[in-house]
Amino acid sequence: MSRLVIASIGPASSVQDGGRFGAQRYGLTVSGAMDRLSLAAANTLVGNEPFAAVVEIGPFGATFTAQDGAVRVAIAGAPRNADIAGKPVAMDTSVTLKDGETLTLGFARGGAFTYLAIEGGIKGELVFGSLAVNARAGLGSPYPRPLQAGDEFTVDAASGAPELRIELPKPVSGPIRVLLGPQDDEFDDANKALFLDSEWKISATSDRMGYRLEGPAIKHLHGHNIVSDGTVNGSIQVPGNGAPIALMMDRGTSGGYPKIATVITADVGRLAQTSAGTAFRFKQVTMAEAQDEARKFAQMIKNLPDCLRSSDTVELNIEALSDANVAGYAVSAMDAGTWQVTAEP
Amino acid sequence: MAATLPPPRLLPSGDSAVTVEFSRTIDDAANERVLALDKALGASPIDGITETVPTYRSLLVHYDPGKIGFDALGEKLLPIASKPLPPAAKARRWRIPVAYGGEHGIDLEDVAKALNTTPDDIIARHAGGDYRVAMIGFTPGWSYLSGLDKSLQMSRRQSPRLFTPAGTISIGGIQAGIQCLAAPSGWHLLGRTPVRTYQLHRNPTFLTEPGDRVTFFPVDHKTFDELDRAAEAGEIIAEQVTA
Repeated sequence: MSRLVIASIGPASSVQDGGRFGAQRYGLTVSGAMDRLSLAAANTLVGNEPFAAVVEIGPFGATFTAQDGAVRVAIAGAPRNADIAGKPVAMDTSVTLKDGETLTLGFARGGAFTYLAIEGGIKGELVFGSLAVNARAGLGSPYPRPLQAGDEFTVDAASGAPELRIELPKPVSGPIRVLLGPQDDEFDDANKALFLDSEWKISATSDRMGYRLEGPAIKHLHGHNIVSDGTVNGSIQVPGNGAPIALMMDRGTSGGYPKIATVITADVGRLAQTSAGTAFRFKQVTMAEAQDEARKFAQMIKNLPDCLRSSDTVELNIEALSDANVAGYAVSAMDAGTWQVTAEP
Repeated sequence: MAATLPPPRLLPSGDSAVTVEFSRTIDDAANERVLALDKALGASPIDGITETVPTYRSLLVHYDPGKIGFDALGEKLLPIASKPLPPAAKARRWRIPVAYGGEHGIDLEDVAKALNTTPDDIIARHAGGDYRVAMIGFTPGWSYLSGLDKSLQMSRRQSPRLFTPAGTISIGGIQAGIQCLAAPSGWHLLGRTPVRTYQLHRNPTFLTEPGDRVTFFPVDHKTFDELDRAAEAGEIIAEQVTA
């Protein structure tokens, strides 16, 4: 066994996986990775199950040191500078840290969350089938709280497998797609149009529970109190002040504000990776389109092993780079040190 | 054969969940239909449904659109949801000890003043109630109860408290609650129970289920401390009444 020691890490970083399902009826929310595609990509690179537990790293930097042996890891998600002793490590690749070596990750340049998967996974005690941290409920393993410097994981010694990169499908760009409802009838046509046609920004006070949206105030038809009902990842509720909140993975399982719309499953991760302050729009789609996209998204994750390439056949994916935008996750930059996303966080 | 009930509204909650709404208001009859549908789906599952979440007035049905589409699911749900209610099954009944007032119920005196009566009278009216767990939500184990005495209904606090302790027994509007974990709350704090409605490593992890009946009984603060130690050790100190 080796150890992976966290030498430093920013706030909003925690162990996350595919989430904790089956107990929402008891008020236990799902938690899990904010960007499921990047979670699955990082895991696939090191041969783990797609939704195995990883380190979800918030917008700030982090450093990890291998101890008592080598550790093989992979990074995917929000792009950032990464290096081992000054030698750059590309996003969307695996890399082996020799005993004593340190992987240094910088700030997220666009997006928010980067996923560090560890070969063999993170070991801990499952609760409702998940290691995901839910700090409010005191759940998550091995640390039921955000990670901090000095925390460490006991991990498998690196297998010595050849390093890989993953060539992800061209990221979706453009507006975040939503279905209206479940309570769109609590808003008149003018306010629904205002929601769909306006430019929005994510407030800096957002977190894993919810993303607060800055833009025009949305007015309710009959006031903002409804009788609490169930929420989903991507529910967009409108509280009394008219500033919508997109509910994310640590949401309450029920809520008492009208929900004007719901982000489609395929775009929840894209919203999660939209940096605070970046302008974006919503676009209404039909149920048929949304469900078709959800099925394609699930299939894409299933097919990730087919996207693996040997890490020595590196070529810049110029098309993906030129299409890079803040809402697009998992931009493949083979030399992460030499390019910048156009929109800064 | 009884007539079928008016069908609920099916409200899309994104592409992987549907809200089956029986009422827009808090309504015991609607809540009974929510719980009946939940039970029916538990007894004969529809392929593709992954999880159901009962609330006061609706059942949130999570499903996998890779297995079943919105329209097909709706066609299966509506007839089940419109069936006459089965005869009420014997609900489980819990007797929950509560230490009222003092440090455990910091709003008891104020509630009594606001309602022009004594703290003892508030305790008698709260503990005298026959409640039903209408839903569990917000945080693990937070049990929302219907059945609060009408004379105890009062609007929530102007400014919610950022911290209220684990085990808080409170009232807000027409609702009563058993709160398990420390959490923010705008409700009025009448007391605390040592009962854990949610406790990891205990079997069962969750004590209460939607549809359970609940009554309260006052205990003194010394008894609270004793029961609290037993509960901490994993004992289920709520008394289950077998009818």
